[in-house]
Amino acid sequence: MRLPKLPAPPLPAALRPKPPRPGTANGPVGRIDAAREAGTTAVDWVDERTSLSGGMRWLMFRKVPKGTNWFYTLGSATMFAFLSQAVTGVFLAMYYDPSPTHAYESARYITNEAFLGAFVRGMHKWGSSMMLILIFLHMGRTFFFGAYKYPRELNWVIGVVLLVLTLMMALTGYLLPFDQRSYWASVVAVNINGSGPLVGPYLADFLRAGPDFTATTLSRFYAIHMLLIPGAIAALIGAHLYLVAKLGTTAPPWLKAEPESDLRTTEA
Amino acid sequence: MDDPKHKSKYAADRHIPGAFPGETVTRRRFMTGSVHAAGAVAAGAFTLPALGFALGPVFQGHRPHWEDAGTVGDFPIDTYVPKVITLTPGIGEVGKTTIYMRKRNPAIDAEPSRWFNQIVAISTRCMHAGCPVRFVPASRRFICPCHGGVYDFRGQRTGGPPVRPLDRFYTRIVGDRVEVGPRFSVNSHLRIFSPRDPGEPLDGIGQYLYPSRPTTRKLKGT
Repeated sequence: MRLPKLPAPPLPAALRPKPPRPGTANGPVGRIDAAREAGTTAVDWVDERTSLSGGMRWLMFRKVPKGTNWFYTLGSATMFAFLSQAVTGVFLAMYYDPSPTHAYESARYITNEAFLGAFVRGMHKWGSSMMLILIFLHMGRTFFFGAYKYPRELNWVIGVVLLVLTLMMALTGYLLPFDQRSYWASVVAVNINGSGPLVGPYLADFLRAGPDFTATTLSRFYAIHMLLIPGAIAALIGAHLYLVAKLGTTAPPWLKAEPESDLRTTEA
Repeated sequence: MDDPKHKSKYAADRHIPGAFPGETVTRRRFMTGSVHAAGAVAAGAFTLPALGFALGPVFQGHRPHWEDAGTVGDFPIDTYVPKVITLTPGIGEVGKTTIYMRKRNPAIDAEPSRWFNQIVAISTRCMHAGCPVRFVPASRRFICPCHGGVYDFRGQRTGGPPVRPLDRFYTRIVGDRVEVGPRFSVNSHLRIFSPRDPGEPLDGIGQYLYPSRPTTRKLKGT
């Protein structure tokens, strides 16, 4: 049994669609239609002035090879780990104070007193390990699927630079809680840098801002961790994604290339 | 002149409108070049100072700083006394470090007696990776908790990964008081070098691979 259709609710005159004027094909749009189409209108307004939609379509609606599977999501997972680090990092910076006398106290305040502080700090701390694990899994997928080969060598190189930058993030971030463990771990890390021949001593001086670990070392690590490397990582992720979209992804190595069906018929 | 294989270097010969006689660099090229140069100057104007600002501490000299550590009578001849001194003034607890001090003992200390080693002051930084070592009186050895570096009573390596003996500090006796000065490094023969970082060997080729920096020299005449 079909339910009877309910009559339309009575609308105020201003909202009622007006009859089309003679000579106009579609007629003027009523306010209700305009409201219904507001989203499309806004997107159209931007697109008319930027032509972004073509680029978005190029980036997001790509053809992927047969056999694409869950392993192909490891790169996106790494990117989301980076975004999570960026967002939690920005909010941690609202409470953190990079001075040797206040750093430990502010980290303690975040963990023990700030609302959701332990949670956000925990996300940042465990997220850094997660990001590195995901990077290595993504790298392993690329290696074992042979996705680093021509013409994708440059993307492999960019990926390795991203890996090194992420390791530098882990190193500089480790000092920031400024407890005994992070202090001595950073002392050891800088001394390992110093043991490189010829340039090592100068590199260690640069990292420490002088021959000894001082207050400037902490603010230096903080600036590198907060500003220098995140910007470089974001820019290189952009280049990495551009090349992925430009070159396309590879099929998994266990799939054999199928000759086109019309090619087969012409050969026959 | 209009031979397409051999373009003339003169702009006028290449039929460029408005070329002066004898002009070789066209105004378009000159303009492009000067815009690039102006851009390079503008970029350098903020990059170079910023870089210098970041690299400055590498080239900044440090004046020797002497600190009182007690009277001569405080220091025994057969064991070490820990003292806390300020390595980097002005930054509070972070700038302090523990050092171990004793009187020079001619029966053990084979290196020549000099004005700065009448009181032996040993740094607690392990020469493997810079962890803090502690002196264990029972075994008369310095032991590092991080990776198992062991040094004998004179600070010379007897086991583990360290690459050279423990660093030392200059000391001087002013009247009855003992003052501790800058740090210096030694190789396995206790020859004196300017202060180096941990992990940098000073025997053989090591002293050239890890050069002395102009900002941190050993004291003159030592």
